[in-house]
Amino acid sequence: MEQILANGIYLGAQYAMIALGLTLIFALMNVLNFAHGQMYVLGGFVTYTFYGQLGWPFVLALLASCITLAVLGALIERFLFAPVIRRSSREESTMLLAAGLAFLFDAIILLVFGEKQRGVPKIVDGVFNWDFRLIMPYDRILICVLAILSIVSFILFMQYSKTGRALRALAQDRTAAQLMGVNVDRYSMIGFALGAMLAGLVGGLLVTITGVNLGMGGPTSIKAFMMVMIGGAGVISGAIAGGIILGFLEAIGLAVLSQYGDITYLLIFISLMIFLAIRPQGLMGKPWG
Amino acid sequence: MIQWAGLVVFLLTIFVAVPGFVAASGRSDLYYTLTSVALLSIASAGVWLTFYIGRINIGQGAFALIGAYVSAILVTKVGISFWLSLPLAGVFAAAVAVVIGLPILRLRGVYFAMISLVLTQVVTLTALALPVTNGAKGITSIPLPGGVSILGLTVIPDFATLENPRLAFYYTACVLMVLTFAAMYRLVNSRLGHLCRSMQQNEELASSIGVNISYVRVIVFAISSFLGGIGGAMFGSIAQSVYPSSFQVADSVNFMLNCFLGGLGYVFGPMLGTLVLYFGWDLLFELGRFQLLAYSSMLIILMLFLPNGLLSLRLPGKKESDK
Repeated sequence: MEQILANGIYLGAQYAMIALGLTLIFALMNVLNFAHGQMYVLGGFVTYTFYGQLGWPFVLALLASCITLAVLGALIERFLFAPVIRRSSREESTMLLAAGLAFLFDAIILLVFGEKQRGVPKIVDGVFNWDFRLIMPYDRILICVLAILSIVSFILFMQYSKTGRALRALAQDRTAAQLMGVNVDRYSMIGFALGAMLAGLVGGLLVTITGVNLGMGGPTSIKAFMMVMIGGAGVISGAIAGGIILGFLEAIGLAVLSQYGDITYLLIFISLMIFLAIRPQGLMGKPWG
Repeated sequence: MIQWAGLVVFLLTIFVAVPGFVAASGRSDLYYTLTSVALLSIASAGVWLTFYIGRINIGQGAFALIGAYVSAILVTKVGISFWLSLPLAGVFAAAVAVVIGLPILRLRGVYFAMISLVLTQVVTLTALALPVTNGAKGITSIPLPGGVSILGLTVIPDFATLENPRLAFYYTACVLMVLTFAAMYRLVNSRLGHLCRSMQQNEELASSIGVNISYVRVIVFAISSFLGGIGGAMFGSIAQSVYPSSFQVADSVNFMLNCFLGGLGYVFGPMLGTLVLYFGWDLLFELGRFQLLAYSSMLIILMLFLPNGLLSLRLPGKKESDK
């Protein structure tokens, strides 16, 4: 029992971070970022390169991941999403762009890093063992704590900084924010960069545990979509709730249902559909987003 | 007038010129590519139809997979003719669409897009878990479609006895595609089409003037899934095998991309989009490991300069024929 709860918290914290970036981008630009999983993989590869290959300290490598993805996100928003949103007659057209970007990232990762599974040396050795009731490697605990810290600082940033307030205003009502003197173009770019940065950060954190490979992008995006649906699209608290709920469902499912074969995700999907039939906007979403 | 001329030219091209060209050049592998394009464009037409009521459908892979499995199971386990299993596959997919559609069609915009994406994953996982679908091993060595004769007259020959089953599949797929798009054209210009357009613009408003929106959207979703099921069943028959990985999330996304690329405002958009995307991908094969890079860059550039689809570049004389 304790083990399942601990696994749930660990999975939930990392999932919540992935969902946060996705939901932030969605809230600001109404863009469903298909390339989010690929951004996460890219972040993992950057940390792998700096920490695993070049031998930088882990924190610096993590910072490199964040900066790379933030710059990338800003450039993508500035030169791809903003023009397409301006020119397109339907806002769904951005989904094609996002899907194209997902393919592009896959291609770049394939060319630069290859298709092999990559891992890095552990950041801390040893395993926490509480009387064989709760066993958890120290590095997982560290990553979990770091993830929770990042989430808390993200919330504080959104709540109390000037940028965060501007971003929230933008998410609430674009036109009203503009009338209040928020530089919409600039903050859209910052918001996209922030969302991409979160994906890069969680990729960098997780590369130390699960490693990273090319094929992880797509499934990660799907999981992130699920979390966003559970919590409600475009709502920050919803993304966190969705991430934690999915983490716990997965941890409990894997522990309880393992004798029936690999049906955990099937059950999660089906219950998600039933849930959405009853509450289409998710736990905390606004109706019809 | 110009529409009919265009139609005749198109039919002549796909039924006479293309086989003639293939016979002359000896590139019989082109048949497989073109058959795939025809079938994928049928499934994409279904996706387009759900776009027409304002829903972003990324779940067509699910219905294509359902269709492929239903047809394969009916042919191998029950032993009925493929030609009977083809419409049954479509009907089964449509029935599933009605059951699933009733709750999830209440969702809109990105929510519907995400849940339909999840749907593809659900069907893949179900196919892995159910005994009748034979899990990850899939259903293999499905026999080729048999012959059909009415009153002793052979309407469709047995594909296994033909010297070139590829050509037969090409013709079958083209006939299906022409029928599909003819039906789509008719549908879009019918009363239902007008209702769909009204829903695309504003569902509440449509509902307030007496459109039964929940009925229309379930019907449209069922038609869309019927087309997906037909396309998938045909694909399974050509490949003579079905696996849970036959249609995946990537395929669902591709169906959607075909529609976007061709243009959402035009009935024939999905056909053009499928042709361009599929051939583009094949042509780029020469680039080896840069294939994906070139392909995705092209997609992005196309999107930057033609965000409303390829058919938004229209020839002045063709104005009416596309709609």
